[in-house]
Amino acid sequence: MAGSNVVTIKRILSKYAIFFVLLVMGIALSALSPSFLTPHNLINVFITAAGPGMLALGEGLVIISRGIDISVGSIVSLTSVVSACLIQDPSYSARIFPNLPQLPVIVPVLAGMTTGVLVGCFNGFFIAYTAIPPMIATLGTMVIARGLALLITNAFPVPMLRHEFKILGQGNIGPIPIMVIVFICLAIVTWVILNHTKFGKNIYFIGGNVNAARVSGVKVEKNIIIVYAFCGFCASLAGILMTARAASGIATLGLNYEMDAIAAATIGGTSQLGGVGTAGGMVVGVLILGVLNNGLLLLGVSPYLQQIIKGLIIIGSVVIDMRKNVRGRK
Amino acid sequence: MSEYIVQMKNIVREFPGVRALRGVDFDLRPGIVHALMGENGAGKSTLMKCLIGIHMPTEGKIFFHDKEVHIPDTITALRMGISMIHQELSPVLDRTVMENIWIAREPMWGPLGLFVDHKKMYSMTKKLLEELELDLDPREQVRRLTVAKMQMMEIAKAVSFNAEVVIMDEPTSALTPNEVAHLFKVIRSLKAKGVAVVYITHKLEEIFEIADEVTVFRDGSLIVTKPASVMTIDSLISYMVGRKLDEMFPKIECPIGETKLEVRHLSVPSLIEDASFTARRGEILGISGLVGAGRTELMEAIFGLRARSSGEILIDGKVVTIDSPVDAIRQGIGFLTEDRRSTGIVPTTSVKWNAVIAHLDHYIDRIGFINHRKVNSDSNLYRDKLSIKTPSIETIIQNLSGGNQQKVLVARWLLTGPDILILDEPTRGIDVGAKAEIHTIITKLAGEGKTIIMVSSELPEILGMSDRIVVVCEGKITGIVDRKDATQELIMRYATNAASYVSASA
Repeated sequence: MAGSNVVTIKRILSKYAIFFVLLVMGIALSALSPSFLTPHNLINVFITAAGPGMLALGEGLVIISRGIDISVGSIVSLTSVVSACLIQDPSYSARIFPNLPQLPVIVPVLAGMTTGVLVGCFNGFFIAYTAIPPMIATLGTMVIARGLALLITNAFPVPMLRHEFKILGQGNIGPIPIMVIVFICLAIVTWVILNHTKFGKNIYFIGGNVNAARVSGVKVEKNIIIVYAFCGFCASLAGILMTARAASGIATLGLNYEMDAIAAATIGGTSQLGGVGTAGGMVVGVLILGVLNNGLLLLGVSPYLQQIIKGLIIIGSVVIDMRKNVRGRK
Repeated sequence: MSEYIVQMKNIVREFPGVRALRGVDFDLRPGIVHALMGENGAGKSTLMKCLIGIHMPTEGKIFFHDKEVHIPDTITALRMGISMIHQELSPVLDRTVMENIWIAREPMWGPLGLFVDHKKMYSMTKKLLEELELDLDPREQVRRLTVAKMQMMEIAKAVSFNAEVVIMDEPTSALTPNEVAHLFKVIRSLKAKGVAVVYITHKLEEIFEIADEVTVFRDGSLIVTKPASVMTIDSLISYMVGRKLDEMFPKIECPIGETKLEVRHLSVPSLIEDASFTARRGEILGISGLVGAGRTELMEAIFGLRARSSGEILIDGKVVTIDSPVDAIRQGIGFLTEDRRSTGIVPTTSVKWNAVIAHLDHYIDRIGFINHRKVNSDSNLYRDKLSIKTPSIETIIQNLSGGNQQKVLVARWLLTGPDILILDEPTRGIDVGAKAEIHTIITKLAGEGKTIIMVSSELPEILGMSDRIVVVCEGKITGIVDRKDATQELIMRYATNAASYVSASA
C-alpha cells in the first residue's frame, strides 16, 4: 500500500531526523569551509566535544528518569581541584606538604571519581527521599560544590601536575586522543545500561510513570540514587580528563557546562517529560553541538552571536520534543 | 429550518495509520438526550471531538442551525454554544468555583477594565447555580469538591456559555448512585431548557433511564440510531459487538479450597478501621461499596502501598511482612490498580516492557544482562493467551485501546505467577467485548486455584462474578455476603449502612 509506505518513510525520517541534521550540517560546512573536513579539525571537534559529551551521557540518563541535574558543571570543578591536589609535582607540593609521597596516578583518578559519585549520591538521596524538585536540589549542590572547590584552592589554580597524569588528557592511542576513547567507551557503557540492564529499563519506567513503576515493584528510590550517582561519575570523568588536558586544577573549570549537557541530551531526542531517550541520540546531540561550535568558529561568526544561535537551537529542539511526546500522553 | 440543531455529514477522520471515522452522518435534535454507545475506539469520542474543535475532520461538513460551520478550536465551539464535559476533568484545583466557571471571561471594572469584579462574579455564579439548582458555594476551592460536584461545576460552566449542545463523556464513571441520580436530574432540567445533551456511556442500564435516542458506533461507522424506547440490552450489545453476547459474566462454579489470605484488624489512620476478612484458594472475593468508601485504600494497605497503623496479614496461616510492593510481589500477590493511566501503564514504553516490568528479575541472565529473547517470547505468549490486539509487542502501549491496555496489565501480573491477585475495577472504562473477555480470564484464574480479590463499583459485575462479597462503608467492613444470599438491595444496604446518619453528599 502506498499510504503505509509514506507512513513508514515518515517514521524512519522522524526516528533518525537528528542523524540527518548532523549529516546535513557536516556537508554544508564541508562546502563552506575547506578546513572543516580535515583530520586535524575533525579530531579537534571530537576532543572539544568529549568533555561536555561525557556530561551529556549522565545528564541524559537523569532526564530519562524525569529529573534534571544542574550540578554537573560544579562536579567537574570539584573533581578537578580534588584530583589535581593529589598529583602535583613533588617539587611544588613539597612546599605545603613536605612529607607527601609521590602517589600513583590511580589515586587522584579514584579520588576524583569518588568525589563525583558522592556528590551524585547526595543529589539522588535528597531527590528520592524528599519532595524537593530535582532542579532545586541540584541547584543547591551546584552552589555547594563550586563553593567547596573555591574553598579548597582559595580560588587559585592548582598547577604543576605530573606528566603521567597529564598524559590522560593530552595523550593519544594511535591517532585517537585518550579523551575521545574514554568518551566512546562511556557512550557504549550508557548504551549497554539503557538497553541491556534492569537498571536501564527501570529508568525508563520511572521516567515514564513513577507510580506504575512503584506498584510494579521497582525500587524507585534506589534507582534514582544510582541515576544521579552515575551522572556524578560521568561528570567526574570529564573533570579528571579536562584537568589533565589543562594541566592544572581549576575551581572554575566546567562553568556553565550543565547547560551544554542538557542541550546536547535534549537535541539528541531525550524528552524533558521523561521516559524517552537513547544513547545514540545523546552522542549525536553532542556531535551536533560540537560541529556547530567548530563550524561557527571556522566561519568567523562572532562568539556572542554563537551563543544566540545555540540558544535558539536548544529551544527549537525542545519544541520538537514537546510536539512529539506531549500528544501521546494526554 | 430543519428540526436539527447539529448535522454532521460524511465525517471522515484519519489518524496516522488509522481511519477512526469512516464517513459518519450524525444528526442531533434540540431538547433531547442522545446517547452514544460503542466499544472503545468505535469512534464516538472522536466524532464529538470533531464537533468541539479538538480534532479537525479529514473530510465532511458540519452544520449548526442549518449553516455550514468551521470549528477550528474549542473556544469557537464554546462561543457557538457547544460544550463538552470530559471524562477526566481538569479544573484549576486551587482556585474557586466561580473563578473556574468564568475563567478568561471574568467580569471587569475600573479604567480600561483592569480589575476583576469579584462581587459581580459572585452574584453571576450564585444566580447560575440557583437556576440549575446546584448546591455549590461559588467561593469554595475546587480542590475540596467531590468529582460529582466538579462535574456540576462544569455543567454550570457549559450553561454559562448559553450552551445549546452539551456533550458528556462517561460522566458517571466515578459517581455514587446518589450522585448519578442528581446528575440525571440536572440533565433533565437541561433538556427542559431545550439543550441537546449528547451522552457517551458504557453503562447499558443508564441508556434506558436517561436517553431519548441512542446511536451505536462500531469500527468508526455509525451502525444505528433509534429511540431508546425500542432498544433492549440485548439489541444494544449485539449492535455494539456485531454478534450476540450470551454471557457477560461467564462465571463457572469451581471448588474452593482452604484459606489463602487472612487480613486481621487492619487499620490505616483516618481511612480504614479494623478490617478483617479471609480469601480462599479458587475463590473470587468481591469487594463492594460506594466510591470513596476505602476499598482501594484497603487493597493498597494490603499491597504495601499505604502505611498501616495496626493489623496483620497472614498467607497460608503464617504472618507475613508486607511494607512495600516489592514485599507483596515476593509473597505472591499481584495488584491490578484502579487507574490504568496514573498507576498502571508506562505510556512511553512498549507493550512488552509494560508486560514484564513487575517480573524483570526473572529475565536477567548470569552476567546481569536482560535476556531479550525470553522477554519477547513471554510477551508474545501472553499476547496470544489473552488475545491482546496489538500490531506488535514493540508497539507503544499508549496506541492500544483501553481494553487491550488492561489486558497487557493483566499479563504483567500473571507473569509474576501470583497466588493472590487483587483486581481493582478491572473493567472500568473498557468496552463490552473486552469486559467479557476479562471476566473469562478472571474465572479461569480462579479455576486454576488462584485467589482473586475483585474491587468493583458495578453491582452486576460484583453479583455476577463473586463467590463472596465484602462490603465496605466509610472505612469499615459492614457486611460479608455469600453468593447465594447476595442481592443488589442487600449490598446497597450494607454499603450505605454507616452512612445513614451522615449526610450522603460527603
